[in-house]
Amino acid sequence: MSKEYNPQNTTEAPPLTKKIFGMNEYQWMTFRQKMSPLFFLAPALTLFCIFVLFPIFQSIWISFTSWNGFGAMEWVGLKNYQDLFVDPAFYTSLINNALWLVLTLFAPVLGLIIALFLNQQVFGIKIVKSLFFLPFVINLVVIGLIFSWFYNPDLGLLVTIFEVFNVDISPFLTNENTATVRVILASLWPQTAYCMILYLTGLASMNAEVVEAARIDGADKGSMLFRVIIPQLRSATFIATVVTIVGALRSFDLISIMTAGGPFGKTNVLAYFMYQEAIFNFKMGYGASIAVILLLFMLVFISLFLRVIVKGER
Amino acid sequence: MSKKITFVFFLLLFLGGLIFAEGSSEEQRELVINSNLSDPAPKAAFNALVDGFKAEYPDIEVTLNEFDHEAYKTAIRNFLGSNPPDVALWFAGNRMRFFVEQGLLMDISDLWEEEDFYDSMASTRSAFAVGDEMYGVPWGYYQWGVYYRSDIFDEYGLEVPTNFDELTNVADTLVENGVTPFTIGTKFLWTAAGWFDYLNLRINGYDFHMELTEGKISYLDERLDAVFDVWAEMLNAGYFLENHEAYSWQEAQAPLINGEAAMYLIGNFMIPDMERAGIVDDVDFFQFPIYDQSLPVSEDAPTEAYIVPSGAQNVEEAKLFIAYASRPDVLADFADATGNISPNKYSRKPTDRFILQGFNLLGSADSLAQFYDRDTSPEMAAKGMEGFQEFMVYPEREAEVRARIEEERQRIFF
Repeated sequence: MSKEYNPQNTTEAPPLTKKIFGMNEYQWMTFRQKMSPLFFLAPALTLFCIFVLFPIFQSIWISFTSWNGFGAMEWVGLKNYQDLFVDPAFYTSLINNALWLVLTLFAPVLGLIIALFLNQQVFGIKIVKSLFFLPFVINLVVIGLIFSWFYNPDLGLLVTIFEVFNVDISPFLTNENTATVRVILASLWPQTAYCMILYLTGLASMNAEVVEAARIDGADKGSMLFRVIIPQLRSATFIATVVTIVGALRSFDLISIMTAGGPFGKTNVLAYFMYQEAIFNFKMGYGASIAVILLLFMLVFISLFLRVIVKGER
Repeated sequence: MSKKITFVFFLLLFLGGLIFAEGSSEEQRELVINSNLSDPAPKAAFNALVDGFKAEYPDIEVTLNEFDHEAYKTAIRNFLGSNPPDVALWFAGNRMRFFVEQGLLMDISDLWEEEDFYDSMASTRSAFAVGDEMYGVPWGYYQWGVYYRSDIFDEYGLEVPTNFDELTNVADTLVENGVTPFTIGTKFLWTAAGWFDYLNLRINGYDFHMELTEGKISYLDERLDAVFDVWAEMLNAGYFLENHEAYSWQEAQAPLINGEAAMYLIGNFMIPDMERAGIVDDVDFFQFPIYDQSLPVSEDAPTEAYIVPSGAQNVEEAKLFIAYASRPDVLADFADATGNISPNKYSRKPTDRFILQGFNLLGSADSLAQFYDRDTSPEMAAKGMEGFQEFMVYPEREAEVRARIEEERQRIFF
């Protein structure tokens, strides 16, 4: 048999003569296979780079400059940060952010309690569940307005209710030191609803066999809840906590609507402080430095979040 | 996949091309106006004005961009630099000077010369002058002063106070009878600045006030002691609405409407709400009482303006428009429809009683201030007004509040 190539002879592979980018056909194919994830990721990655990564680095860059939003940018090094660390408004905001962080964690706890309570099959429970979920559907701006009317020390509902019992609630409604707590209470309302729905879905997808087994083994109510039910809700707890924490750190809408940072800056948080400095006081550089600090705080929590997720995937 | 990406890529290129193509203009007379009049009545009035201009100059194609008035405050910084219109609406005073310093506005003193605005707009001239150059033309202003419930005054046999002794008597009588003399809502801070403006203008005069707002005088200056002392006395005597830091200026109207408060230091813009509440017949106006008879009287009168950006493409048309809009009759119609006072002294007298009062008040004033947050830098305004609000809640913190404001002034102006 001649050694010449015969196209009819299908048992023999064709010689790999075609060259693409200096690769033969086989190499090209494996290359394509290896690269395909990259192609699929490309659109998302491009958008991520343009709209997330680039602005982050741009903000960091701006935070080293003095810039009013237009006109010339002047490099000032660490001056914005030096100013920031002696600015009393920064510490007020920082303390308030910490307060938000701690107090909003009541949302998952309350959410769990309500979810456990609502997780039963009685007539009309679906309507009750929807009602409890309603606050989460309402726009935060509307919630802010509702609560500021609710808190109104002259005509508000809260004052009116307490008047019936002859209790003077106005110190709570007007004291500068309780102002932040009032805003946080407003934010707990929708956040609790959100956590409740997470827990309700968690309860619905719970392994009934485990619960059944525990019941047969005669577990009492306490250990049933803390050793059987809550451990199974771990993933719901995790998401509820992380979303609540991140939400607390970037709280902005309610402050803007309810107090505008006041009275005299007492309810400011980093996000609103940044907005005020950058947009109203024309200090983009200073605003950017606040944003960078806020990013650093968020990174702590985001990295914790990512660590748990990555661990979970392995 | 890659075909699709290519497609999307070209689609984006194409769309981008469209956007840029729109920017290039043809050889037709054009005029672009950016307006911040987003409330129904002023918006309609401005549209009518622009229609009148179009009828007069049919060969000019007018593009009117209307913004929400809050969003406009941030948008203007972008469009003045990147995509300037030919005419924009803005505020006189420091808000305007800020852009002049950035080189974003055009000197239109030639228009002032040609149209003789130096004569017809004399009352607001100082608000537009930066050195010898003029940047902008006024289209309206309104008065600040004390609006009061005449029925409550009648009930307790009170007369309109013209000086501080009379004011104290009126307020004391009201307090004795369980009526709050002054309502105020300082949640958004600026209403507190109204009080600071007037006390300082009455006690120390216009020149001192202007030097202070321009950052040339310390907030610890002893001439300011009298301002804070008088203010603190009034606060301690219970002249102001309680918990005012929780209310917006609109919410603070409620006690006035309910008859729980008798007076309100505010601008003319609150009248429509009084009409809606059905008490406008019981509301009247008086000039903020005089403190020092020897001082020339000045008032707060925030002035609205047309400005021409330095990057305007159709300067001729822009000047034609401003000249048209500044005619006594056009300006009078526009002022009537927007509840403002025409700054052109040849405009016909207003018929509305409040606007007529304002017209007379401002016409006889020696000098006009723009209002604290328009006279000083935006940042100073934010910090200063925060301090005034805190002082109004805790007068005993005067020293630390003033020290903090002064610290900010040092940082901002030096």
